[in-house]
Amino acid sequence: MTGEVLALAGSVLVLIAAIGVVRFDDVLARMHALAKASTLGVLLLLAGAAVSLHSANDVTSVALAALAQVLTSPPASNMLSRATYLARQRRGVRT
Amino acid sequence: MTLATFVILGVAAGAFMFRLCAGPSIADRAIGLSGLVVAGMGALATDAIRTHAGAYLPTLVVVALVGPVSTAMVARYIEGRDGDR
Repeated sequence: MTGEVLALAGSVLVLIAAIGVVRFDDVLARMHALAKASTLGVLLLLAGAAVSLHSANDVTSVALAALAQVLTSPPASNMLSRATYLARQRRGVRT
Repeated sequence: MTLATFVILGVAAGAFMFRLCAGPSIADRAIGLSGLVVAGMGALATDAIRTHAGAYLPTLVVVALVGPVSTAMVARYIEGRDGDR
């Protein structure tokens, strides 16, 4: 039950990120919406899975997935927004 | 309750798919693709909750490891596209 509630909260965060990605009108704003909300949303979903599973093998797999997501997703978002910002500066567009 | 989670993740995946198809720049499409990866990871975790079985959890680890690589790859492409001019 607790795991299902955590997963529902995480999916709501992913939905908020999706609404932000659709409705914002700039690449950097869309990146901002996706990077924060989807990282926390995936963490909540994986926490829900870790709570509702009982085997130690499954729980360590979920913990490894959460660690990989936290370590790799923010640098990738940072690289994409930094590349967009630098390309705009090269073209002379003020952001 | 897992059905509601699946429906919410499906709506989010549809929104990310819209951004993937209609994004004006290539960075928008990369954002949509990254969001689709996130929605798929959420669906895998929700399926593990629903069935109480961890058969797909190694897939979840692999997707979490290689998902942001595509975003980083597109970022490197944008950085070097119209470089020294």
